[in-house]
Amino acid sequence: MQAAAQIFSDYILPLLILAGLSAVLLGLLLVIIAFLLLFDRKVWAAVQLRRGPNVVGPFGLLQSFADLLKFVLKEPLIPAGADKAVFLLAPLATALFALSAWAVIPVNEGWYGKWVMSDLNVGMLYVLAVSSLGVYGIIMGGWASNSKYPFMGALRSAAQMVSYEVSIGFVIICVLLCVGSLNLTDVVNAQKSGLGTKAGLPSTLLDWYWLPLFPMFVVFFISALAETNRPPFDLPEAESELVAGFMVEYSSTPYLLFMLGEYVAIVTMCAMTTILFLGGWLPPANVAPFTWIPGVIWFLIKVTFVFFMFAMVKAIVPRYRYDQLMRLGWKVFLPLSLAMVVLTAAFLQFVRYA
Amino acid sequence: MALTAGFFYLFATLAVFSAVMVIVAKNPVHAVLFLILTFFNAAGLFILLGAEFLAMLLIIVYVGAVSVLFLFVVMMLDVDFAELRAGFIKNAPLGLMVGGILVIELIMVLGFQVLKPGIAAQASVPIVPGASNTAALGRVLYTKYVYFFQGAGLILLVAMIGAIVLTLRHKEGVKRQSIAAQNARTPATAMSVVKVPSGGSMIPDAKPARVPEPVE
Amino acid sequence: MTLASLSPLWPELIVAGAAMLLLMVGVFRPETDNDGEAVGWLAILALIGAGVVIIQQPTASQTLFDNAFVIDGFGRFMKLLVLAGSAVALLLAFDDFRDHKHMKFEYPVLILLATVGMMMMVSASDLISLYLGLELQSLALYVVAAFRRDDVRSSEAGLKYFVLGALSSGMLLYGASLVYGFTGSTSFPVIAGIAKSSVAAGNIGLIFGLVFLMVGIAFKISAVPFHMWTPDVYEGAPTPVTAFFAAAPKIAAMALLCRVTLGAFPGFTAQWQQIIVFLSLASMLLGAFAAIGQTSIKRLMAYSSIANVGFALVGLSAHSAEGTQGVLIFMGVYLVMTLGVFACILSMRRQGGAVDTIDDLAGLSKHNLPMAMTLLVLMFSLAGIPPLAGFFSKWYVFLAAVNANLWLLAVVGVLASVVGAYYYLRIVKIMFFDDAAEPFLPVRAKALAVMAVSVVFVLFFVLPFIGGPIVEAATAAAKTFRY
Repeated sequence: MQAAAQIFSDYILPLLILAGLSAVLLGLLLVIIAFLLLFDRKVWAAVQLRRGPNVVGPFGLLQSFADLLKFVLKEPLIPAGADKAVFLLAPLATALFALSAWAVIPVNEGWYGKWVMSDLNVGMLYVLAVSSLGVYGIIMGGWASNSKYPFMGALRSAAQMVSYEVSIGFVIICVLLCVGSLNLTDVVNAQKSGLGTKAGLPSTLLDWYWLPLFPMFVVFFISALAETNRPPFDLPEAESELVAGFMVEYSSTPYLLFMLGEYVAIVTMCAMTTILFLGGWLPPANVAPFTWIPGVIWFLIKVTFVFFMFAMVKAIVPRYRYDQLMRLGWKVFLPLSLAMVVLTAAFLQFVRYA
Repeated sequence: MALTAGFFYLFATLAVFSAVMVIVAKNPVHAVLFLILTFFNAAGLFILLGAEFLAMLLIIVYVGAVSVLFLFVVMMLDVDFAELRAGFIKNAPLGLMVGGILVIELIMVLGFQVLKPGIAAQASVPIVPGASNTAALGRVLYTKYVYFFQGAGLILLVAMIGAIVLTLRHKEGVKRQSIAAQNARTPATAMSVVKVPSGGSMIPDAKPARVPEPVE
Repeated sequence: MTLASLSPLWPELIVAGAAMLLLMVGVFRPETDNDGEAVGWLAILALIGAGVVIIQQPTASQTLFDNAFVIDGFGRFMKLLVLAGSAVALLLAFDDFRDHKHMKFEYPVLILLATVGMMMMVSASDLISLYLGLELQSLALYVVAAFRRDDVRSSEAGLKYFVLGALSSGMLLYGASLVYGFTGSTSFPVIAGIAKSSVAAGNIGLIFGLVFLMVGIAFKISAVPFHMWTPDVYEGAPTPVTAFFAAAPKIAAMALLCRVTLGAFPGFTAQWQQIIVFLSLASMLLGAFAAIGQTSIKRLMAYSSIANVGFALVGLSAHSAEGTQGVLIFMGVYLVMTLGVFACILSMRRQGGAVDTIDDLAGLSKHNLPMAMTLLVLMFSLAGIPPLAGFFSKWYVFLAAVNANLWLLAVVGVLASVVGAYYYLRIVKIMFFDDAAEPFLPVRAKALAVMAVSVVFVLFFVLPFIGGPIVEAATAAAKTFRY
């Protein structure tokens, strides 16, 4: 009896708590994403002087849930020549990898500890690793469909994601140099002091890394667009060339999982931008009215702001051509981010100020 | 401890299983996917050892980049597997022999011929207590092992130069986009305002009023 | 660590830095067919600069990076040979590559990087630096072997070299891991200390590691039975590249072998001596007999280089200061003779392009006596006829073997020399007594300069002011190791 209780308190209880927290996090995340998806469409519509979805629910608020039902209730089609196992594995992998990144993303910190599922020492690397895995869903889906357009979409996306990972890696190194830790909570806390506090101000948004590392902020934002196959870099699914790219043969729930994975990855990238450059859950100024609002709200506001920028880029910028995409990645971002790594390292070495 | 042991057996079993599947799988794409699974399990074993930095690098480098290219190539190639399999069976005895010799030697190394017991305990670089393993690795990589680090860098440079010099071909007469030239265009060079007489027509000049794209 | 403490590393830094700088120069210059010439001259300048720095270095031995890098008399001697070999091979490449419109700037850069690798090999005092140096050198060599990428034979040479080289690297790594597993260290002095102790005596695992290590290195020096790649690669690679292969990498790999056997395993002399003796015997005999039937002069030189490696190993197997001195002198003389012969081979040009069969040399004395005389002197020297340099180089290694009571080796060596003399002299006979073939185009200035220097060196090696300093330097360098 004693031993059983021991096992329960040591293993089973923590496991249950962990599972419960994960479920809560995933649930909240998915609900937030449902609304962000609507937000995306609304912004897009507004730019094009349309109304956007406005029928389901008040102001169309329930549109995403209606879409969800529609996808789930339809019949999944599997092409005759497809590799069945890989075909079905692909959307699962996309969604799974995208969601698993959220295990290490902290959303707040206070007297109750860190609001993060797993406070990993190498959180930044973990997110980079998991986001680099997103490409597998696309390649597998494109190949397993046994069809021309999906395959071409898969090939494009493999080259694209591998290319832009390089500059994302260098951006992360820049931030790592400034922080001295790969832990994402440490990254946010390091932004409590910086350029602004050097000038004698209380900690404000001037301390966040978007200011000292501005070129890297821009590089990261654009690379994040490319890494998540967002317009103007949505070549793997360019509808005017490849119909729907790697998703041509998908329907129903597998398609839904692809879309879900894509949006989760986008929100992950927004969260990473927030954490690395926009001070995470820190208020824009550490003074009275701002500090009343809990950090998690600030975090959400910032994520939404970055997502708004993603949506605006989608609405405004025309799609890149493939060679232009490659040129931007290898000939512009790679040298630029490399130079910034050297510059940042040299600055920190000789001035000794982070 | 029991949990760690459980995870160890989980990762180890899966790693061995998927490694076997890499060889046994009929479809080369499946083989590569199993290879990726092997890497994942290896990363899991690294985490159990407390080497989370290595685990992440394994995933980023091997799974995120190298295997993508593997998969890329394997998907593009039309490999005749019946033929490869024939070679496999023909060479199996030889392979088994070489493998057997290596196994015997490894057993000798690990088993009873140990010269200095406890070599693993006296690592040549003592681990600084309290340092995360990223920092600990960085500390030796850029001091004690800087010579090796730079040497490895040169090797990669040679590989890069070699790949480019042996494969890059400049085709004659390919039009390339010069973004700098395009951005340098001004209204003066890019367009001309023409007065069209009312009721008449205007034939444009034979010479286009735009900057010709440079041909490389 | 300050910049001043890196002073022993200056030569490597100069060459590596020059390689990267020249790469940038090459990339940002407008592209032409022969844009490598300016880069090539600058590369030669860098090699010479590194050589000057090495001569200026203090004679005492120094180590850096926890014993990973060692600079001593032996290392400096070998590095000078390597640098000279690389520079001259590069010089010889200009004209031939220009004929083929293939003088790309990457060639000198790759040669420089290969040279850095060779210098790392020469200075290696750790299993990791050994492997890194070897790999840096080999990778660059694979690429330059396939450099004429539109030529099937060149591509084949590159591929063959790469596959077999990778295999040998694998063996070497396996050996290195065994050695590390048994001694717990990758550092040569530590390994030497453990290998000498009584616990390690005759340890089978350590012997296995040693054997695998030596197999890997034997591949690189192309000692029999690990020589199969040599003739094909020598024949298929562009001739200036072959000249390079025959010269500098052999010296570096030989230096590496000395470091491993004399530096890391002096306690296992009995074991490695057997291997070296066998490699030496097999190389000398196979090199001598297999060369007889060759029609291509490049293949003939490949077998000649195999035989010469065998002769050099005679010196090493003696395991004495005398033997090491013999190896050093032998490699120096071998370098000069080989480069001289390749300068002649590169001058075998007719209107339609370069030729490389022995019969093309027929009656060379009728229309180009100086070139025929040059080849004559070099062939006599390779055959080991006194008083030319080749005789003395063999003399030193055989003497060391005799003093070490390795009679069999010395006798077989002399016999192999006699057999070898047959095919060297056959070339002389074809040049002087056969009916004249179509004449060659005139010899170019760079090849002429190399020929002249090598002939002068070979002819007058016996004079104290040419051979003397080299023998003295080799004697001093050989004292680096304890025997």
